Amino acid sequence: MKPELLLVAPLVIAFATGIATFLARRRPRLAGALSVGGAALLLAAALALLAQVVAAGPIATQAANWPAPFGITFVADLLSAIMVATTGVMALVIAVYALAEIPRPLESAGFHTFYQILIGGVCGAFLTGDLFNLYVWFEVNLMASFALLVLGGSREQLDGGIKYVAINLVATAMFLVAVAVLYGLTGTLNMADLHQSVGRVGDVGLLTVVACLFLLGFGIKSAVFPLFFWLPASYHTPPVTVSALFAALLTKVGVYALIRVFTLIFTRDVAFTHTVLLVVAGLTMVTGVLGAVAQMQVRRLLAFHIISQIGYMIMGLALMTPLALAGAIYFMLHNILAKANLFLISGVMRRTAGSFDLGEIGGLWKANPALALLFAVAAFSLAGMPPLSGFWGKLLLIKAGLDAESYAIAAVALTVGLLTLYSMVKIWNEGFWKPHPAGDGGVVTLAAALPGGRVWLLMAPIVVLAGLTVAMGLFAGPVVRVMLTAADQLLNSDAYVAAVFGSGR
Amino acid sequence: MTAPNQGTRPTSLILSAATRLIAGLMLMFSVFMLLRGHNAPGGGFVGGLIAVTAFALYAKSRGTEEARRTLGLPPEVIAVAGLGCALGAGLVGPLLGRPFLTGQWLVIGGDGHGGGFAISNIVLFDIGVYLVVVGAVLTVLFALEEEV
Repeated sequence: MKPELLLVAPLVIAFATGIATFLARRRPRLAGALSVGGAALLLAAALALLAQVVAAGPIATQAANWPAPFGITFVADLLSAIMVATTGVMALVIAVYALAEIPRPLESAGFHTFYQILIGGVCGAFLTGDLFNLYVWFEVNLMASFALLVLGGSREQLDGGIKYVAINLVATAMFLVAVAVLYGLTGTLNMADLHQSVGRVGDVGLLTVVACLFLLGFGIKSAVFPLFFWLPASYHTPPVTVSALFAALLTKVGVYALIRVFTLIFTRDVAFTHTVLLVVAGLTMVTGVLGAVAQMQVRRLLAFHIISQIGYMIMGLALMTPLALAGAIYFMLHNILAKANLFLISGVMRRTAGSFDLGEIGGLWKANPALALLFAVAAFSLAGMPPLSGFWGKLLLIKAGLDAESYAIAAVALTVGLLTLYSMVKIWNEGFWKPHPAGDGGVVTLAAALPGGRVWLLMAPIVVLAGLTVAMGLFAGPVVRVMLTAADQLLNSDAYVAAVFGSGR
Repeated sequence: MTAPNQGTRPTSLILSAATRLIAGLMLMFSVFMLLRGHNAPGGGFVGGLIAVTAFALYAKSRGTEEARRTLGLPPEVIAVAGLGCALGAGLVGPLLGRPFLTGQWLVIGGDGHGGGFAISNIVLFDIGVYLVVVGAVLTVLFALEEEV
């Protein structure tokens, strides 16, 4: 297979799987199997793409063979390839979890189809080299995620879903306006071409305004301060599978888009734009973690932590040094694995102890020590305990902050880390350690909660994700080296631009 | 699924009489836009939206029940069929060793220097987009109309 085809393979696989699962919707078992198979295929293609990019640098392909910058370019540098590979991993493990968790009526209502379309949309956003095309992928994601959010149609879900879709429409409108003004300024929407032509724009002030519009649009998408309110309002309402998928991928698409435009395009007034980003990063970390302290509902608590941790990624982008960007990418990868895993675990907690509310559950340690251990891995990684992955992510970012003499942000990052630990210990104490309010009978074992072999469909994804978290921590050296290469490609865009324009053909 | 207020819904003679005329014209215009998009402004997306407007008008004047019957197929089936068309059209390129979505042209008649009737897989792609838009928007529209 030609390497260029690897760029469209994830999209083709996801959408073809979406069609196949739709055709099989009246036979949920078959549709579920197709969904898992498609996700496995997507992961294989994504890993092949990653291997290609690691070995030979950024690659690009021109859709419909129209030369850049006139057509739509698909391009993958190391950051894109890492994100697509991570999407593949998450798509596969969460699809397996879905087999045991999603009820039959939702499956026949098209759950697997929307799931695959969302995965395809996310991959598209990571792989496109064109700003307007990025907008289209955002819309695909918005439609598919809205469908997943309200599928089942309880009152609570519709309430969260409307908030979600309303504010996200504002975000995409803002994004579209920004795209239009930028096109008016430069006459191009190809990102590599923009990288070169923003240098020729005379009106730097207007360019900064456009940058801020992008910041607003992507900021809503990635739930940064003060634009995050939609996230805790909606993430705790759908099935756990959907929460986990959203927690893993959706906000990260926003963060990816921020990293992309603020390293490739808006680098002319770094003193202003990246200072704004730094302030936003600090406030996001603090408000997110403080919001979490007040929560007693596991999924709401975790949703606030997503916000807090988005702050760390933005911090890495704001500092704009190789180490900081590498830290941001490492942290993003770690966070996707650990946070999605915590959501998956919360689903098992509810099944065995009966509720998402920490006040109503307990005793999980005694009933399910294996689950407790897996929770500890994910939670303490999130809190940044060595040698787990969260520790290295925070270490890189704080080191980068100190190197850049941004002592305030480094202090904030450290303090927020401690508060994160507090929240994780709260879940541990309330959910696992203290006795169940209803006595020992309140908690059932995993095998009793899910008879038959289905318990493994829930537990295997959790075990795999916990394993990956541990591996990321133990093999931090080689992983960080890859991240540093990715950061280097972001800061020196020559290879990216050359791939877009030079592939010729 | 039937709308609970189907029977009591106010009907307007003017609207239903006008719809009979306008909806047909709009559907023809949508196909015109779809085909015009081949070499000029237009295309599957905008054509699809015009077709949706025709069905929305029809649903307003006659009810979604009647609109669904006229549509013939469930809208979600139309959307997925469109996705399949678009994807299939895109894959013609890679099968022939060219990038994704590359147009492959078949010229019927003509002398090789222009003239003749040229057709390509891009038409199939555009038809796919048309169907996706019609199917997806009508799915949402009918669902909203029936919930209220």
